[in-house]
Amino acid sequence: MAYSDKVIDHYTNPRNVGTLDKSSDKVGTGLVGAPECGDVMRLQIQVDDNNMITDAKFKTFGCGSAIASSSLATEWLKGKSIDDAMKIDNMDIVEELALPPVKIHCSVLAEDAIKAAINDYRVKNGMAPIESEKVHH
Amino acid sequence: MNLPIYLDNNATTPMDPRVLEAMLPYFTSKFGNAASRNHAFGWVAEEAVDYAREQVAKLIGASEKEIIFTSGATESDNLAIKGVFEMYKEKGNHIITTVTEHKAVLDACKHVEKLGGKVTYLPVKEDGLIDLAELEAAMTPETILVSVMYGNNEIGVIQPIKEISAIAHKHGALFMTDAVQAVGKIPVDVNRDGIDLLALSAHKIYGPKGVGALYVRRKGPRVKVTAQMDGGGHERGMRSGTLNVPGIVGLGKACELCAQEMESEAKRLSALRDKLQAALTVLEESYVNGNIEHRLPHVANISFKYVEGEGLMMAMKDLAVSSGSACTSASLEPSYVLKALGLSDDLAHSSIRFGLGRFTTEEEVDYAIEVTKKAVTHLRELSPLWEMFKEGIDLNSIEWAEH
Repeated sequence: MAYSDKVIDHYTNPRNVGTLDKSSDKVGTGLVGAPECGDVMRLQIQVDDNNMITDAKFKTFGCGSAIASSSLATEWLKGKSIDDAMKIDNMDIVEELALPPVKIHCSVLAEDAIKAAINDYRVKNGMAPIESEKVHH
Repeated sequence: MNLPIYLDNNATTPMDPRVLEAMLPYFTSKFGNAASRNHAFGWVAEEAVDYAREQVAKLIGASEKEIIFTSGATESDNLAIKGVFEMYKEKGNHIITTVTEHKAVLDACKHVEKLGGKVTYLPVKEDGLIDLAELEAAMTPETILVSVMYGNNEIGVIQPIKEISAIAHKHGALFMTDAVQAVGKIPVDVNRDGIDLLALSAHKIYGPKGVGALYVRRKGPRVKVTAQMDGGGHERGMRSGTLNVPGIVGLGKACELCAQEMESEAKRLSALRDKLQAALTVLEESYVNGNIEHRLPHVANISFKYVEGEGLMMAMKDLAVSSGSACTSASLEPSYVLKALGLSDDLAHSSIRFGLGRFTTEEEVDYAIEVTKKAVTHLRELSPLWEMFKEGIDLNSIEWAEH
């Protein structure tokens, strides 16, 4: 199976690899997936007082598409408000990276990681987590 | 050195130019049908097939009358298992095999189950070898066939074939082996090893794709299999179909070359394999899968913990290897062979199989070592699991969200 140029680009030069201080109130951390399934994503956001995401970092255990999906997600998150970040849809990632059907789960995982990070931030700051009602295809 | 480097010789091998050369006339000038008994074109083809039969037989210590040409090892496995079941079902309906067999054996056994047969799938120990006591215990008066592969395609472990066949024979069952990975790589002898049926393939031994053979013992005991294809009664009635003369000539030549070069090649390849393995297991948290001692000379299957196999292969883009990770397959299930060794799913996902071959050079192995080391290091920098491991977090203590 051939990878798209964008997947190869993100895989070869992953953006925003790293770790934020997960104990900080201003940092939300999402850890999704499972080693048994062959992918684990950790995505972190740094949020300022205006609920804007000023920084995002990731680390991913997984295939090239999983790494690319999370790298792309961090790029998109930076500069977004957390409300807008909630609206990122896995199909946007599929489209941007031209993921084939067998790799759609990688984009789902990235969306889950974004939502988990936002909810972690919300809970830390006394807000209720947002339940996602979306059914993934 | 040309890139990419081919290190997937358990999947298939390039054809040896000497094999191609031997085959070429049989596509054009010597195109006859080996079954045409009434003219020179047929005689020439028949002669070539007879010669190839001798070459194949010689490599495995058989007589030429015991070689049935097929389209490859999948057909040979099917013919052996289904053919024995049909031929001997009056005697019993039980077959014993192992969980780490190739799919051609496993699925042929599943077919037999649908026909009313009983199949025992023996587990393997942590090192990939079967427990002889378990085999002994599984034998019943109804057991007609024991089918255990000679060398495993994923991890390269060599089963104790002589001991296994002795147990089968003691209980009156036939012994069959899928020897696709072993024939031509290590000495295989049907008499020394007590083999009644043996499947082999040309394209794993530097011959062409689409041709293989089934060895069927003729003496002590005389083994018969029921044909699985109806037609002109070729190959002593066991496998109908016009013989693939160029392919068969290629298989014969490939066997002859293996017989000549196997001993020195096995030494050369095991030295290269050991070099590769030693260099890569220097990396922290890397493990060789399968028994180290009883193993084919050209295979190393290594798990690099905390990196995922497919992602790793992508970073090793100038190396053609394979992984036990199944991120690409629809099932998303990691290798059933590695899981059968008791490897956890995450270690199975982290495995890479390096398969060396006749055309692998030391320079290529050195390059593969460098590329693999770099790739593992790069991916571990990206891996949250590696970071947690380094921080001393027990990954089993985390409640993972299965998806």
